[in-house]
Amino acid sequence: MATLTVPASRTNIPRLLKSRTAAKLLLLALVTAVLLPLLHGGSWPHDLTVSLDKPLTGASNWVIDNRDSHPLFLYFFGYISNAVVLSVRAVYLTLLAAGWTGVTAFGALLAWRVAGPRLAAGTAIAFLACGALGMWVPTMQTLALMVVAVLASVVVGALLGLAAGLSDRLDRALRPVLDTMQVLPAFAYLLPVVLVFGIGVPAAVLATVVYAAPPMARLTALGLRGADPEVLEAVESLGATRRQRLLTARIPLARGELLLGLNQTIMMALSMAVIASVIGAGGLGDRVYQALASVDVGQALAAGIPIVLLAIVLDRVTGAAGDGTSRPKTIGRAYALAVTVAVALAARLLGRLDWPSGWTLNIAEPVNRAVDWMTNHLYSGVPVIGGTADWAGHFTTWILDPVRGGLQWLPWWSVLLIVAALAWTIGTWRTALTAVLAMAAIGVLGVWDPALDTLSQVLAAVAVTLVLGFATGIAAARSDRVERALRPVLDVFQTMPQFVYLIPVVALFGVGRAPAVAAAVVYALPAVVRITAQGLRQVDPAALESARSLGATGRQQLWQVQLPLAKRSLLLAVNQGVVLVLAVVIIGGLVGGGALGYNVAFGLAQGDLATGLVAGGAIVCLGLMLDRVTQPTERRATKGA
Amino acid sequence: MRARTTLAVGSLLLLTVTGCGAADMTKQASPFANARGSKTVTLSVQSWVGAQSNVAVAQYILEHKLGYRVDTVQVDEVPAWDALSQGRVDAILEDWGHPDQEKRYVEDKKTIARGGGLGVTGHIGWYVPTYLAKQHPDITDWRNLNKYASLFRTAESGGKGQLMDGSPSYVTNDKALVNNLKLNYQVVFAGSEAAQITQMKQFAKQHKPFLTYWYAPQWLFKKVPMTEVKLPPYKDGCDADAAKVACAYPHTPLQKYLNAGFAASGGKAAAFLKKFSWTTEDQNEVSLMIADQKLSPQDAAKKWADSHPDVWRKWLS
Repeated sequence: MATLTVPASRTNIPRLLKSRTAAKLLLLALVTAVLLPLLHGGSWPHDLTVSLDKPLTGASNWVIDNRDSHPLFLYFFGYISNAVVLSVRAVYLTLLAAGWTGVTAFGALLAWRVAGPRLAAGTAIAFLACGALGMWVPTMQTLALMVVAVLASVVVGALLGLAAGLSDRLDRALRPVLDTMQVLPAFAYLLPVVLVFGIGVPAAVLATVVYAAPPMARLTALGLRGADPEVLEAVESLGATRRQRLLTARIPLARGELLLGLNQTIMMALSMAVIASVIGAGGLGDRVYQALASVDVGQALAAGIPIVLLAIVLDRVTGAAGDGTSRPKTIGRAYALAVTVAVALAARLLGRLDWPSGWTLNIAEPVNRAVDWMTNHLYSGVPVIGGTADWAGHFTTWILDPVRGGLQWLPWWSVLLIVAALAWTIGTWRTALTAVLAMAAIGVLGVWDPALDTLSQVLAAVAVTLVLGFATGIAAARSDRVERALRPVLDVFQTMPQFVYLIPVVALFGVGRAPAVAAAVVYALPAVVRITAQGLRQVDPAALESARSLGATGRQQLWQVQLPLAKRSLLLAVNQGVVLVLAVVIIGGLVGGGALGYNVAFGLAQGDLATGLVAGGAIVCLGLMLDRVTQPTERRATKGA
Repeated sequence: MRARTTLAVGSLLLLTVTGCGAADMTKQASPFANARGSKTVTLSVQSWVGAQSNVAVAQYILEHKLGYRVDTVQVDEVPAWDALSQGRVDAILEDWGHPDQEKRYVEDKKTIARGGGLGVTGHIGWYVPTYLAKQHPDITDWRNLNKYASLFRTAESGGKGQLMDGSPSYVTNDKALVNNLKLNYQVVFAGSEAAQITQMKQFAKQHKPFLTYWYAPQWLFKKVPMTEVKLPPYKDGCDADAAKVACAYPHTPLQKYLNAGFAASGGKAAAFLKKFSWTTEDQNEVSLMIADQKLSPQDAAKKWADSHPDVWRKWLS
């Protein structure tokens, strides 16, 4: 959860903007009027689709038949896979050899060194909690996988970022690719990796690297480009060579961005490591997945809590390292290492390497009882307001069905037109073109109807998220107490693996699209609340002061000063909300969401590439389109969590 | 000490790999296997609870009677075949019939070996809750389903009746069946078994009617008694063309499969897994302990093993 910096100043002249928008829309209308006689209504025409079934099935069979004989696999992919297995194994064995005491001590001392005693205590408690929940070994497996994936992502990302930071041409080439990768739902990455590497840890690590490297690359490039030109000039005037300049000035100056990149990479790697349990990553994610299979919310939570704790600790520690402002008394490196080794050896001599089995706490049972009570009493038949199942039914028939019906009723070209109009009024002709092409690609892939079904769920979820998110965000911006109370809740909800949400929503809302939408809302809400609150708080106090002196009431201040001035962060909140909602609506295929998410799940489950990859491609296009349609003209800040 | 162990293991593996020049990734085991020099067996757990019971009991015997370490990986059915052929998984204990994979891996590539029957017979079908069947006795014939379609209407199925299907990984002909039998029903995919069970329990609690794809043996029958709806009888080959299926699902004797290398050189573990075979009642007993009494699979397996020594002793002889 990086802090999002949002520029609050606005310099547009409204009238000019308006006339420009009008001109753009007029042009679009003109183009349509010319093309209209050539176009037919209804769903995407069948003649314009390209079936990829044959080539994809062929490719999949070829890979399976040649995986143990073709040189490409033996001499290239085989080595990559081998290196991953070896390094994960080495880290895992080291962690096991250090024992729970050694790992805890090392983690705490490391946190102490970079972030001070308070976080050190937090880290120690987090590790001990993982053990107490009976999740020590899975935690170590996830940690081993994470260490390797994060290191690889940082190396890959830093190299790409370095290249983009130093060469303008590479920057232009890489930027759209990285931008796109950042909006893709994690689920869409899994299939292609599985095709080549098969189920297992190598595939999981590589999917994680692909998912987590882009923020590192983006922020490295940003940091290198953002270096103060005066400092660089001063260094140059001292006669430093290009290389010296890079090493002594530009990289140190970019330290903040580099550490922020590390923070983002770690957070994304962690969320992916959980989702990758679908393709055999093992560890905590696998425990969540297994527990959910037997509808054991308590057990799923027992595995989910260590993930949240790891996430919060890693986030805070790397965040504190990135701040670098207040560095309290820290301990020496040698001293820290000595303590770790001593503790680890002591545990080894005492034969206490494994977490003692008597020290575990069973939270599964009380949690399950609570969930049972909730579903028994809230599901249906609550007087006056009705039960959650009734709400879900109404939501489906009154909102989801009409939206889906409307979208699918619209002639295909008018959908493209609406996309173009939206993207162009908010962004540039370039973003509009990308959005339209992405949407058209969905049609060409032959999944127009399921894609619109997914889109209808996204739209409904985004609408609910925005209403709730803006309301909460405004409340948090206006009262410090509300914000303080909300902060830990937001942290937890944002780092919770998306899987954990799925079963409680089924228990409350039944099977179908409504629970998928509900899970998406819960997942996307924290980011929207956060950005809204932050944007409102950054509104120029002078503007507020002058409004107050003119006698504006609190409500008038909000509607006429704060909200208009924070428009840019509100747009950013919409953008983030859309991207996050899409990610969960896709996973909602596992609880009856249907549409594209179900196709991906089906592809993964049946090893059916033709279905899975086409749906994955359509999700990519949908994500791209939604991002571009909601993207303000200037560059966005990076995605949180 | 720990550095030395890691270094030794690392360099040893590196040597074996670089020594032969080619890196065949179909022969790479999980990095979490064989930690600390113990013999490890990796078992694939499918997402349904019956499969968890097989694995839990096998794991208990392997760990406590034979001294192995057991890793379990949750993988869907088809990918599990792939993982099995690559040796990332040593055994699948419950397979519901995958003729394509069987041909490819067992007969052509010979990377997977048959492990014999599990002793349990599986059957897929359409089920309604027994309380509903008592209310409307003729509902258990497919010919009468259209008459009752309005009973099964939900928000997701629109104007038609809802036939609930489960996980995308399960074998199903339901869409074709609804089509070919001209039923006024909409197949709604719950997307995962967990979601499906949750929904069925919720319906049962309120005594609401529902029609669902389900399979036996399954522990849920003990919680929610269900009656099968008769479909046109199954004949050999009537499900050959997936689009034209208009008959019931067959009764399948569930099979075990082992990685070919493991089957040949897996020692006591492989011999035990080949002999592993139990009855539907035994499996259900363990499943019920896991899914309903919320015992951990390990505890459930221990409880079962303690009370049925005569069954598992035979597997070790």
